[in-house]
Amino acid sequence: MSRLLKNPIALVGLIIILLYVLITAVSQFWLPFDPLQMDVAHIMEPPSFKTGHLFGTDEFGRDILTRIMKGAGVSLLIAISATLIGATIGTFMGVWAGFLGGAWDHWIMRLADVLFSFPSLLLAIFVMAILGEKTYNVIIAISIVYIPQFARVSRGAVLAIKNNEFVRAAFSSGADRRFVLSRHLLPNIMMPVIVQSSLSLSVAILLESALSFLGLGVQPPNPSWGNMLSGARKVMLLAPWTALYPGLAIMGLVLGFNLLGDGLRDILDPRLRNIK
Amino acid sequence: MGRYIFRRLISLIPVLLGVSIIVFFLVRLIPGSALQMYLGTQVEATPEQMEELRRIFGEDRPVPVLYVEWLGRLLQGDLGYSLRTGREVLPDILQRLPLSMELTFYALFLSLIIGIPLGILSALKHDPATDVAIRITGLLGLSLPQFWLASLMVIAFSGFRGWIPMGNYIGFLKSPLENLRMLFLPSLAIGIGLAAVIMRYTRNSMLEVMQMDYIRTAQAKGLAKRVVIVRHALRNAILPVITVAGFNTGYLLGGAIVIEEVFALPGMGRLALYAIYQRDYSLIQGIVLIIATMFVLVNLITDLIYAAVDPRIRLDTKEG
Repeated sequence: MSRLLKNPIALVGLIIILLYVLITAVSQFWLPFDPLQMDVAHIMEPPSFKTGHLFGTDEFGRDILTRIMKGAGVSLLIAISATLIGATIGTFMGVWAGFLGGAWDHWIMRLADVLFSFPSLLLAIFVMAILGEKTYNVIIAISIVYIPQFARVSRGAVLAIKNNEFVRAAFSSGADRRFVLSRHLLPNIMMPVIVQSSLSLSVAILLESALSFLGLGVQPPNPSWGNMLSGARKVMLLAPWTALYPGLAIMGLVLGFNLLGDGLRDILDPRLRNIK
Repeated sequence: MGRYIFRRLISLIPVLLGVSIIVFFLVRLIPGSALQMYLGTQVEATPEQMEELRRIFGEDRPVPVLYVEWLGRLLQGDLGYSLRTGREVLPDILQRLPLSMELTFYALFLSLIIGIPLGILSALKHDPATDVAIRITGLLGLSLPQFWLASLMVIAFSGFRGWIPMGNYIGFLKSPLENLRMLFLPSLAIGIGLAAVIMRYTRNSMLEVMQMDYIRTAQAKGLAKRVVIVRHALRNAILPVITVAGFNTGYLLGGAIVIEEVFALPGMGRLALYAIYQRDYSLIQGIVLIIATMFVLVNLITDLIYAAVDPRIRLDTKEG
């Protein structure tokens, strides 16, 4: 933890993420306006302090800042759940494959190869097309994209330490598989999995917003940054702010996760420090 | 090299077979059969017609048998018929494919010609401030939602005729220059993020290589700085950059699919969305299969280029 605080890149990333978490927490109790209430008298109003619409209003007169705040919770929920599910299943499969080897290893990794043959967004779109456009299906779609990635990372980490002396020493001193797995292998593969998780969170935000933008993710009128941008397409030439702010919100949070992930990688692998 | 290419091509077969199995069986997870979806749009059928339809849609045979039949037709280039229009799926896909591929490779080209020179230039300046600046630029590139950038471009360039293709798309064969101009902004929106990433990789790779002994030797020999950088350093530094660029073509392809929607371009992305909205599953199946195959081939080509640039790869027969 102290090393994290000493790494400025990771620290800035962490602060950005905490800011979004704070906004999400506040939005549960208080929002400047109603996120769903349409107001035909105030459609496409430019940002202004006087009206209280700091980021302006959209094509239905709804306050954009309010909808961005509400959308933060949706994006975080989807990204965190999808990464958690993908990381858990993927890491389990990867450790299993790496630890047991043989036929298990062969077939699990062949399955991962096949899933890797689909570009991430296409795989997510395909899964959404099959499951239907529901928020919880977005979580499933993104976690399916992540399973092979985590499987590969954790398998690599297990293979790298499996034959180390401390592992062999544990076996020869009579420890059983479960003990070695939980006491020696898991703690040592946690760091690469955590770094991968941070980067996956950033990609999950982008995938969710792209799916919602295409109309396959979070469905209107519920706000998500992606479907706000989709709605903005019809009016953005007249009201550019409808497209500007939701995109900035996406980029800010994604950058936060990327900074954290990149910083964590430094901390994990000090050799990289000289060349970054 | 010939044997290496052959071995890699053979290794594609199980992967593509796996892809076809996943695509075939996932589509069958959809609630409701294809026949019901087809009948939803048609008038009542007589019992004899139903019997016939059931045979055509394969409801009288087990699923694995259907897969083998489907695979057999697939190998003959028959991807089946659209559930909505009744037209053959493959010609429609092949008509849309070139635009999406052009966007992808145009974007790849732009990201390389922007990213590599900037990466080399920035490698000449190795101090903490530049280090952090380049690093953050690279991370910003990763964080940029492509479709948002595209939207901003539409806003910013809406006054410039010919630069924003809104419903007046012109094919490459019809007018190459107009086409390239029209697709410039869409491709830039797709590729600029990767350009930032490539810049960072090129710089890191250059800095690493510049510390090598043979570079110091070349410098000590009194070779011009330019010669050392281009002839000695760049050739070795470029290897990881090729890998990064190649393995990101999937990201570019995904970007192309979304960007087509922003610029109203008639490519695979729009066809896929249409197919999904219409619940036309045979069309979706065909599109996913074709894109995955293209992606696998692009990854193979990346590996081959890598092997061509670095002869050491081919000696490594085990992991090939």
